[in-house]
Amino acid sequence: MNIQTQPRLSAAESALIDAYNASFGDLPGNGAVASARDRLLDDLKTNGLPTRRIEAWHYTDLKTLLRAVPTETSTAVIDAQTPFVAGSPVLAVLQGKIDTKASVEGVVVGAFADMLREGTAAPGLSVIDGDDAIGRINGSFVRDGYVLEVPADAELETPLEIQAIHGGGQVHTRFPVSFGANSKATVIERHAATGDGAAFVSSVSDISIGDGADVTWVIVQQQGADDTHLGQIRIRVGADAKLKLFVINAGGKLVRQELRIDVAGENAELTLRGVNLLGGDTHTDVTLVLAHNVPNTSSTEVFRNVVFDRARGVFQGMIKVALDAQKTDAKMSCNTLLLSDDADFSAKPELEIFADDVVCGHGATVADIDDNHLYYLMARGIPENKARAMLVNAFVAEIVEELEDEQLVEALEGIISAWLVKHA
Amino acid sequence: MLEIKNLHARIAEDGTEIIRGLNLTVKAGEVAAIMGPNGSGKSTLSYILSGRSDYEVTEGEILYNGESILELDPAERASKGIFLAFQYPVEIPGVATMQFLKVAMNEQRKARGEEELTTPEFIRRVKESAAELKINMDMLKRPLNVGFSGGEKKRAEILQMALLQPQLCVLDETDSGLDIDALKIVADGVNALKSPDRATIVITHYQRLLDYIVPDSVHVLYKGQIIRSGDKELALELEANGYADIIGAAA
Ligand SMILES: Nc1ncnc2c1ncn2[C@@H]1O[C@H](COP(=O)(O)OP(=O)(O)OP(=O)(O)O)[C@@H](O)[C@H]1O
Ligand SMILES: [Mg+2]
Repeated sequence: MNIQTQPRLSAAESALIDAYNASFGDLPGNGAVASARDRLLDDLKTNGLPTRRIEAWHYTDLKTLLRAVPTETSTAVIDAQTPFVAGSPVLAVLQGKIDTKASVEGVVVGAFADMLREGTAAPGLSVIDGDDAIGRINGSFVRDGYVLEVPADAELETPLEIQAIHGGGQVHTRFPVSFGANSKATVIERHAATGDGAAFVSSVSDISIGDGADVTWVIVQQQGADDTHLGQIRIRVGADAKLKLFVINAGGKLVRQELRIDVAGENAELTLRGVNLLGGDTHTDVTLVLAHNVPNTSSTEVFRNVVFDRARGVFQGMIKVALDAQKTDAKMSCNTLLLSDDADFSAKPELEIFADDVVCGHGATVADIDDNHLYYLMARGIPENKARAMLVNAFVAEIVEELEDEQLVEALEGIISAWLVKHA
Repeated sequence: MLEIKNLHARIAEDGTEIIRGLNLTVKAGEVAAIMGPNGSGKSTLSYILSGRSDYEVTEGEILYNGESILELDPAERASKGIFLAFQYPVEIPGVATMQFLKVAMNEQRKARGEEELTTPEFIRRVKESAAELKINMDMLKRPLNVGFSGGEKKRAEILQMALLQPQLCVLDETDSGLDIDALKIVADGVNALKSPDRATIVITHYQRLLDYIVPDSVHVLYKGQIIRSGDKELALELEANGYADIIGAAA
């Protein structure tokens, strides 16, 4: 980290520090948790929010972009929404608070607030590295979340939906989830806003995938037009495990979604997919740090972005292959459709390879809609607007179709087309 | 139905003139064949008829049913009944073929002020036409033209034509890439659409297709102009002697 000389606090930084002080005694946690929180907040005071001078935040200068942090929390009554997949069990998190009576068949459900009070959460209230601003903010302020354990060999028949919904204000949640050996499950992590009140949301999902488990995790981010969303998912993948991770960003004003993945067991197979639907005057950053730490693992990463209006998008994708992670097979691509002259997308794929017997590659493209495709559709009588929408939709829908659950595919396609109707 | 008068057109990007004073008239009910050496401008002419923006008309006129179509975009021309079966249909990943067919049919209907098709009616029509063209319905579950073989793409073009029921059909080398059986099936598909109020322009290099789709007129396109017109005998003459004599006579 670089040394800062007398940092001048931005309005957002002051507001965060004030909010922390104001919630003294109110944030759940025993002594160990309280001191962990204090340490994280001290770091925040000393370092401030990250700026473009920090490499990991180069394209998302949080200090400048985060203008304000709301202090008022909405008191609106919020109801859980119908799940994406009919019949899914829903674990609602309304205004940052879980339903303590919620239960899901076959899953052990606990409250993160309890872990805070008991102090078992303290070791986890840490940063991944010195630039982990999301870990820092979330660790300082987190109040609640679900703690889930899918037992070994369990198989969940329908996707489980974590539904984090708010009506504005500050919301800080954390979801420690463990998938036992040879278990099989699909989890949807959905973040959405109901009201108009601006929100400042941080959410960390801390996931461990046991050997031989088969996990699909879908993050759907549909925050409101004035919301800041700082999301982080930390995943440790065991041997012979399969992970499919899908991220859809379709909302928010200022969004950073970090994917921090450690491949820790041999023969693990990862499928990472992302769709960013960006419009208006917004800033959205997806940052992936994927570490292949052991031999014989494979991953494919495909990110598709469509950018309208004055929206700005960022994809940072770092694949690290450790010295003894021989036979790693990793392929990353990031394709962007820029649909307006003022739209902007920065892609920064990176490989850091220490092993010598690996197949790794990456590619990034930025394009407009293919004129030949547009002409073909129009030559069949499809008006230009409609033809364009079809092609944009096709560009991202391809990714979604890789999910096996048909109802889930339909639900996500629905999100995409609804978004396009509104923004295209 | 179609009157092309002294048409000059160039590539928009670099200004190269491809069509250089072309005249052609095709009447309702007529089947006109256009032949000509590689690179003479046959595909370019078909693109210009369909309204592709890569080409600019600098002089002349295209009248369709008595009205100029030069100001219309490809979608407007299509909904007025102009259809081009492409020499090289493009693959469009992510667009499901069935969805594409449905949107195309319904958008054309909407543009003409007709009711949209119900889903069952749409599917019935597709099944019927696909069966006639011996197209497997499984193929239509794939993204548009993606992974279709050369012959399958051509058949899919004719399927679209059958479903869209155009008034002016332009077939650009629909015979290339087709095996003998497929050629017969496709020709039957084209002939099935023949009617007194429809016209067809068949671009081809080979007499073989014209044995099945018998032309009323044959035109030789060379360096952007029609240099010779005749009846179906002209195609046989070309098949026997090549273009040299005709080009020599025109020069
Ligand atoms: N967009 C373009 N850019 C550059 N050159 C072009 C373009 N379109 C057409 N041409 C050129 O114009 C000429 C006519 O091409 P066109 O495809 O119309 O020929 P054709 O008669 O259809 O030939 P073929 O029998 O091989 O299909 C060729 O020399 C071709 O290279
Ligand atoms: Mg051609």
